[in-house]
Amino acid sequence: MTALVSIKQVYKSYVRGKQRVEVLHGLDLDVEKGEFLALMGPSGSGKSTLLNLIGGLDRPDKGEITVAGQRIDQLSSGQLAKWRARHVGFIFQFYNLLPVLTAERNVEVPLLLTKLSSRERKRNVQAALDLVGLADRAKHKPSELSGGQQQRVAIARALVADPTLLVCDEPTGDLDRETSDSVLQLLELLNRQQGKTIVMVTHDPRAAGHASRRLHVDKGSLGEAPVGAAA
Amino acid sequence: MKYLPLIWAGLWRKRVRTVLTMLSVAVAFVLFGVMHGVTAGIDQIINQMSDSRLRIQSRVNITEALPIAHLGRIENVPGVLGVGYYNFVGAYYQEPRNQISAGAMDMSRQTALFPEIKVPDGALDAMARTRDGALIGADLAKERGWKVGDRIPLRSSIWMRKDGAQDWTFEILGIYSWADGRVPSNEFWINYQYFDEERTFGNGTVTIYFARINDPAHSAQIAEQIDGLFANSANETQTQNERDWLRGRIAQIGNMAFFVNAIIGAVMFTLLFLTGNTMMQSVRERIPELAVLKTYGFSSSAVVLLVLGEALLLCGVAAGIGLGLARLAQPSIFRAIGAGGLALPWSVIGTGLGVAAVVAIISALPPAWRTQRISIVDALAGR
Repeated sequence: MTALVSIKQVYKSYVRGKQRVEVLHGLDLDVEKGEFLALMGPSGSGKSTLLNLIGGLDRPDKGEITVAGQRIDQLSSGQLAKWRARHVGFIFQFYNLLPVLTAERNVEVPLLLTKLSSRERKRNVQAALDLVGLADRAKHKPSELSGGQQQRVAIARALVADPTLLVCDEPTGDLDRETSDSVLQLLELLNRQQGKTIVMVTHDPRAAGHASRRLHVDKGSLGEAPVGAAA
Repeated sequence: MKYLPLIWAGLWRKRVRTVLTMLSVAVAFVLFGVMHGVTAGIDQIINQMSDSRLRIQSRVNITEALPIAHLGRIENVPGVLGVGYYNFVGAYYQEPRNQISAGAMDMSRQTALFPEIKVPDGALDAMARTRDGALIGADLAKERGWKVGDRIPLRSSIWMRKDGAQDWTFEILGIYSWADGRVPSNEFWINYQYFDEERTFGNGTVTIYFARINDPAHSAQIAEQIDGLFANSANETQTQNERDWLRGRIAQIGNMAFFVNAIIGAVMFTLLFLTGNTMMQSVRERIPELAVLKTYGFSSSAVVLLVLGEALLLCGVAAGIGLGLARLAQPSIFRAIGAGGLALPWSVIGTGLGVAAVVAIISALPPAWRTQRISIVDALAGR
């Protein structure tokens, strides 16, 4: 297997009030292509920070982050935005759909930055909604959908531009058990059948159980987490 | 165009707020259209006024009559092609509140001087034959329901008849109109000779003379010659071409352009705060949503453009509605100020839309600036 994501000696700290909080200290991580990686750990352990760095939402203070052969820590804000548009699909805990848009318009958002025609965008949106089983809800607004359906729309949005990497931050954190299972099964399906590389942050050991590898993040360092390990 | 649904949807996130803001902007631009439309319309009217026709009135003021004996002397001034005259008749129909704008004149002279007056065939001959005949304007006929053949009794608060009667009865012999429809046809015209013979005082005088000249370029010299004829007499005259006369009358009201610009400027300045506040609130509420757009690869400048687009759409649509309403209302307003048929010029609409764009851009700048500084990580974390 080839490392799709390679993180070397990454340091990251934040200033909160008057205090500087060290989050990651010289962290190393490789994520193989086609891998489904779960990052677990207590609150404040640095797992979301690590996810943000992998997804190009934030920059490290020091160290190298390479994704699909590209040193993203060296990109400018504008370049990073373009890179995210092309390579990363994001799934959030609270879905973060645009409430004023219908499901299909929400899914279309990442495609607005491409050169696809209106017809092509529509076709891709339809395919993504089909994949998550929500083709019949295309015209519904988020407020007219259940939490699980909203998360499926968010997954369709993350997939529609065919990204290299899916980044999921607590994707089942706001869902009941049954709905969580269906969302996780969908992610697993995407990983196994479509070969999508997925990095997921979760507190939930059951959710982590769907991943092919689990790592425990604590005080900025990584360790293997056994299946069923508590967050 | 592909971003339009995104911009439009963002605009309607809070419907009531957007509708109220749009109403405010629309009302401001109705005011803009009407006020600038009036000044632009007045400019149009001034430019359309003839500079080859002179108005000769008393130097003291318009209410001071001039002797009819001036007629021959004015006609003999070199460059003068024809002269007509008009005597104001303050009249009303049945009750003083039904004021009628009536005037006594030599009808054939008047129509020769004003070829833009359309009179039906035979009406002038009928007027020449019928001493108590009258020509009335089409607008007046429509308003009162009067028609040819009707005998209309008018009463004047100024002019009594020699027999002591206050009533003057006239037979309508024709209905006139102005060729371009831009001057309201709302007057009641009677024969001067009949009126002058019948009235108890002021005989042999007129309110105003009109003279047609051969060359507009010489209007000032000809006017000077006419006034020179009567200088130091008991009936001195003041002569101006129509265009200068109207310009002078409007100048007496004050610097209208300044007033209009001051009022509109104040309205637009207030509008800046209103739309600015709306945009600021709208963006503040949507920081996490805008962060999601950035997450998905929208650059900071793209998000700024979305916010600017929203403000432009808000102001543009509302201003368009406001200016459209002003354009619909304008003909009635012009008619009310005596210039029927003038529409709101497209130049005013274009300027209005330009001003709306400037208001939109200025009011969107602070929130747009704020979106540039959104940290995706902080915004998504709700910090």
